[in-house]
Amino acid sequence: MKNQIYLLFLSIFLSFGLHAQEDDLLSLLGEEEEVTEYTNASFKTNRVINLHSLESTAGGVLDFKIGHRFGTLNGGFYELFGLDNASIRLGFDYGLSDRLTIGIGRSGFQKTYDGFVKYKLLRQSTGKRKMPVTVGILLTSALQTLDWANPDRENHFSSRMYYTGQLIIGRKLSESLSLQLSPTMVHRNLIATNAEKNDVFALGVAGRIKLSKRIALNAEYIYLLPDQVASEITNSLSVGFDIETGGHVFQLHLTNSTSMIEKGFIAETTNTWSDGGIHFGFNVSRVFTIKKKKLG
Amino acid sequence: MNQLIIILAFTFGSFHAGNAQKYFTKTGYISFYSDTPIEKIAGHNKSSSCVFDLSSGKLEFASLIKGFQFEKALMQEHFNENYMESTKFPKATFKGQIENYKPIDVTHNGKINVKVSGQLTIHGITKNISTEGVITVNNSKLNTYAEFNVLVADYGISIPSLVKDQIAKTVKVKVDASLDVIK
Repeated sequence: MKNQIYLLFLSIFLSFGLHAQEDDLLSLLGEEEEVTEYTNASFKTNRVINLHSLESTAGGVLDFKIGHRFGTLNGGFYELFGLDNASIRLGFDYGLSDRLTIGIGRSGFQKTYDGFVKYKLLRQSTGKRKMPVTVGILLTSALQTLDWANPDRENHFSSRMYYTGQLIIGRKLSESLSLQLSPTMVHRNLIATNAEKNDVFALGVAGRIKLSKRIALNAEYIYLLPDQVASEITNSLSVGFDIETGGHVFQLHLTNSTSMIEKGFIAETTNTWSDGGIHFGFNVSRVFTIKKKKLG
Repeated sequence: MNQLIIILAFTFGSFHAGNAQKYFTKTGYISFYSDTPIEKIAGHNKSSSCVFDLSSGKLEFASLIKGFQFEKALMQEHFNENYMESTKFPKATFKGQIENYKPIDVTHNGKINVKVSGQLTIHGITKNISTEGVITVNNSKLNTYAEFNVLVADYGISIPSLVKDQIAKTVKVKVDASLDVIK
């Protein structure tokens, strides 16, 4: 009798167990297949402030950039703290694919045209394929079109050209914090004195902290290795906010760099934060989807 | 001895009941539509899971939020980052039951109008919903189709005033999943 009761309980228990399973039908499908999930939105846009961020423009998307730097704050009231002067760069970035971006631009400062190619070699991901960092490579060239300083001497077109190679190694550490390193080499075909180097090596460090869903605090610092540039050249430091509003990203910042392209803000920054040589500036990014993804 | 056989049969029987015909898919198509005069937004997920229990009329759906695809890359980024917070709430699920359910005869092709009610979980918030749907039997395969509206605010998803004209307060959801029997 005891055994029978035991068995009865067992059978009830078993059938309970089996019925309990029915409460969660989806568990019948077993473990879900792991897929590779690429980390996105490490930065609001493809620039931190001046530096390229580890993000690139999505495939089929055109990003119209308006960069604007006022004069320096130490211009005082006479210059309305820099607001009397402004330097502009207009640019277009286009994503040929999610990994490959090209771009062109024109800066009023030194009347310079620039172009770049940026490719994501590695993409931070979780899931099936795990990758701790995003690694991108950026190649830029710049053509400065100022009138020749010495029109009497023999001038070469090549003297107007500048090139930059940069690796971007970064990681979105958490939902709010992203950091990146940007080891860079800037090549100048023409330099002013023998004391300067044609090739300038620098290391950029940049990060962002999200303050809310649509506002982030960004900062970047570019360290120039010693004995490469003229003595008045300083390291670039910029701090600012990203404000995202649907299709626009507004970046408002303070920076000691006037130029908005690599060869300029890395190797030609002359102002310093300590004596108020700070520009207020903004970047406006407006994206247009040129090629829509085929869906549905 | 007889009792033992009865008990075993009972257990065995319930085992069978537990594994009675169930239908499933891992490639269900769930889409949603936010239409305003200014902007049309649509997200498409073609890898949703669904299990349907033929004997009880229970059905469950699950979609990965990151699996929704958009025409515009920025919409997809904002959908995940700003609205659905897909890292925090990776899945949307529905657990429901066909009302007044009579087991479907899968040997006869045809359409059956049903009313389904259950719990829809989006953005970590669960609400009871009910909707009309159609189950189509076609050569012992089942297709489930339903359309229903979801009030965005019900699920704790806030639309900032800046884009309130671009995003609909009520979003239409379409479910279209073809199910095969679980073997």
